[in-house]
Amino acid sequence: MSDYILKMLNITKEFYGIKALDNVNFEVQQGEIHALVGENGAGKSTLINVLGGVYPYGTYKGKILYEGKECKFTDIRQSEDIGIVIIHQELTLSPYLTCAENVFLGNEQSKNGIIDWGKTTVEAKRLFEKIGLDEDPNSIVNTLGIGKQQLIEIAKALTKSVKLLILDEPTAALNEEDSHKLLNLLLEFKKNGITSILISHKLKEVLKVADRITILRDGSTVETLINDENLKEEKIIKAMVGRDIGDYYPTRYANIGNVFFEIKNWTVADALDQNRKIIDDVGLQIRKGEVVGIAGLMGAGRTELAMSIFGESFGKKLSGDIFIDNKKADIKSVDKAIENGIAYVTEDRKTYGLILIDSVKNNISLSNFKKISKNAIINKNEEIKASEKYKNDFNIRAKDILQNTEDLSGGNQQKVVLSRWIFSDPSLLILDEPTRGIDVGAKREIYTIINRLAEEGKSILMISSELPELLKMCDRIYVMNQGRIVGELSGDMQTAENVMTCIMRDIKGGQVEYGKN
Amino acid sequence: MEKTKYSIKDTLKSNIRKYTMLIALVAIMIFFEILTKGILLKPLNITNLILQNSYILIMAIGMLLVIITGNVDLSVGSVVALIGAVAANLMIKHNMSVVPVIFISLLIGALVGAWHGFWIAFVKIPAFIVTLSGMLLFRGLTLVILKGQTLAPFEKSYQVLSSGFIKDIFNGQNLHITTILVGIVFSIAYIFYEYKDRSNKIKYGFRVTPNRLVIAKIILIIIAINLTTYSLAVYKGIPNVLVLLFFLVLIYSFIANKTVVGRYIYAIGGNEKAARLSGIKTDKVLFWVYVNMGLLTALAGIVFSGRLNAAMPRAGQGFELDAIAACYIGGASASGGIGTIIGAIIGGLVMGVLNNGMSILGIGIDWQQAIKGLVLLIAVAFDAYTKSKVKN
Repeated sequence: MSDYILKMLNITKEFYGIKALDNVNFEVQQGEIHALVGENGAGKSTLINVLGGVYPYGTYKGKILYEGKECKFTDIRQSEDIGIVIIHQELTLSPYLTCAENVFLGNEQSKNGIIDWGKTTVEAKRLFEKIGLDEDPNSIVNTLGIGKQQLIEIAKALTKSVKLLILDEPTAALNEEDSHKLLNLLLEFKKNGITSILISHKLKEVLKVADRITILRDGSTVETLINDENLKEEKIIKAMVGRDIGDYYPTRYANIGNVFFEIKNWTVADALDQNRKIIDDVGLQIRKGEVVGIAGLMGAGRTELAMSIFGESFGKKLSGDIFIDNKKADIKSVDKAIENGIAYVTEDRKTYGLILIDSVKNNISLSNFKKISKNAIINKNEEIKASEKYKNDFNIRAKDILQNTEDLSGGNQQKVVLSRWIFSDPSLLILDEPTRGIDVGAKREIYTIINRLAEEGKSILMISSELPELLKMCDRIYVMNQGRIVGELSGDMQTAENVMTCIMRDIKGGQVEYGKN
Repeated sequence: MEKTKYSIKDTLKSNIRKYTMLIALVAIMIFFEILTKGILLKPLNITNLILQNSYILIMAIGMLLVIITGNVDLSVGSVVALIGAVAANLMIKHNMSVVPVIFISLLIGALVGAWHGFWIAFVKIPAFIVTLSGMLLFRGLTLVILKGQTLAPFEKSYQVLSSGFIKDIFNGQNLHITTILVGIVFSIAYIFYEYKDRSNKIKYGFRVTPNRLVIAKIILIIIAINLTTYSLAVYKGIPNVLVLLFFLVLIYSFIANKTVVGRYIYAIGGNEKAARLSGIKTDKVLFWVYVNMGLLTALAGIVFSGRLNAAMPRAGQGFELDAIAACYIGGASASGGIGTIIGAIIGGLVMGVLNNGMSILGIGIDWQQAIKGLVLLIAVAFDAYTKSKVKN
């Protein structure tokens, strides 16, 4: 069992000068289940994309040896041809086609370009039996639950005579039972000699099925552990988070006042499926001048919570109340939210934040024309003055305020969005991944802005997947998992280990509270 | 120190997109002026050009706002016919007087717009489908009202808007003196506007275009204004519909550039999700853009039926395409967020001059269609090309 099916040696991958992977070594033995774990942004998906040819040969440094031969993939097809199949976190099924059509998509059972539907159906059925999926091959994919869709992805992988199966968070969206089935299927595959790489946040699952576990942190390999009875979750968590936090976090003179903003019993369902609760009975408070963080894994419901607070911009609210200065507030739309002094800086500035084809000036003024207009006519001089002010204050590097925002760098784009919302004069500023995808210098500038706003007495609610950022910037941190608050940390208890423990314990079941006074 | 002035080269480069279509329009005019041996720019023909294209231009203004939001309206041709039919029916069959008829026509136009706006903005059905349905629906209703017949003629006063001219208060013999004066007044107003704009820009520390270029631009525009008014004065003076158009352009340019709702319209077209998350009630804005489209279409319908002096079942066919083409030729983006009122007017004039010039040359309607089709493609392709050039 000791020969290696895959060796990735000294892999380095940069995005715009930022190292996403730094000299990563990753070795997988023939026939094992190898788990790859690490925090968000640790580089797991990047590593997998390098392996699968999503990032073609030449765009990264290092060597990939598969079955002893060096591979230089230029696209996904090439890696699939030799048996490497990746099942991504976002499923890639075509929703209006049937199961059978999806299974053989790109690999049709055909003769002279004409599809043999009989064979397609029979073959699909045979595959479904193999993986224990009880489903008519002719049902339409989008009528199936997410668990079955996941299995269809796997059936699709099997049509490609897979030798190395890679699953990126396969159980993230599955319930207990479906997860269980899927993991058993992996064990089944192992008996048949298929090697698997499992990427998962759910350490319990990892400990259950994996033979070995490789831990990535900040784009580097930390270590590879052998999964025996002695291996404990705590050890993995420690390896995942243990790192130095640099001192590029500016200090703040905290001056925390009374509770300004509070939500109670906040429950929100998916807009299309009211039985699916995305946010489940959440309550939180934020004081004046306080920076409060929300930590959690991807899909924990953090963005959904923020957007539902912001004028019910997400899903369907089932219950809950907002209190501002201890008075109940009725906030059913975005303009009401703005009126009540709430601002929301989105995590996805290109899709939900900026008007890319418009100027810095027009982007800054967008949500507060009241301040610069009279009788619905814009006072352009005031508008120019205001945007010049933010350009200077926040050091937005643009040619002038008339430059289109699509031409700016990520950090400067973020500062434009931030300017818009600060111009709207909020009392509560919700920042969703405020430093995602921007360089270190711009990050520090944004931290400084956040601190300044807090010192001015504004309340800040900050969502981030970068734990060090939350730990250093926040006075208090709520930990979210699966739409619920599963922990509240402050003071000495505010550590990465505790955040991860809260999440992991919730995944296991049960709730913990730390640092509550 | 930062430069306070653009160089001449910079200015030309950055403005080439802005002025391409204007330059193209002038080039096309010169081209046909030569080919038609001077007929194109004869006073009579210039007046005709304005009268012939006025209703398309009126619709193009409304269409531009629709296109900026990233949508389209295919129904305007049918709605023009419907308005003509309603007006004719009320006046000829029911002897109603002109003023209430115009009022009712505009109201119906607005209601048609509200109908489309409701389905598009609130029920979220794609505009293409809603207005395609409207195209069929309102054409059908026109046939119902007219029972398939042509209704004519209208009262004289109904035609004032479409075929009348402003009065010459000085009673000039061979020359319409008021028209000449209007040209001069506008020239002065224009110089004043440019001066104010420039000093404002300097005040706020923006880089400005070089003096020489500004002066050249002012001189060219003044010549254009006065040549036009002079030509009109030699014939019958300024047509009423030109006055109407002028005010529409002024009002809608003002709305687009200086008002909050104008900014909302551009923001929706630029990024609807971002607009909504910035507190803009995107549904409402979209709804009113369509109501406005309906209103302007009704106005165009009144002008068109007045000019024809009849209401016909097949009136206005293909107008929607002319109005849409005018916007695209004038630099509007098919994906929304970009476009100017004046651009749409220039685009409309390009089409108008092509039509008119080719008609004078005796080119058949078959080739006219084909050539117009190519011009639309070339104009948009050129726009895409310059856009990618500027980027790099």
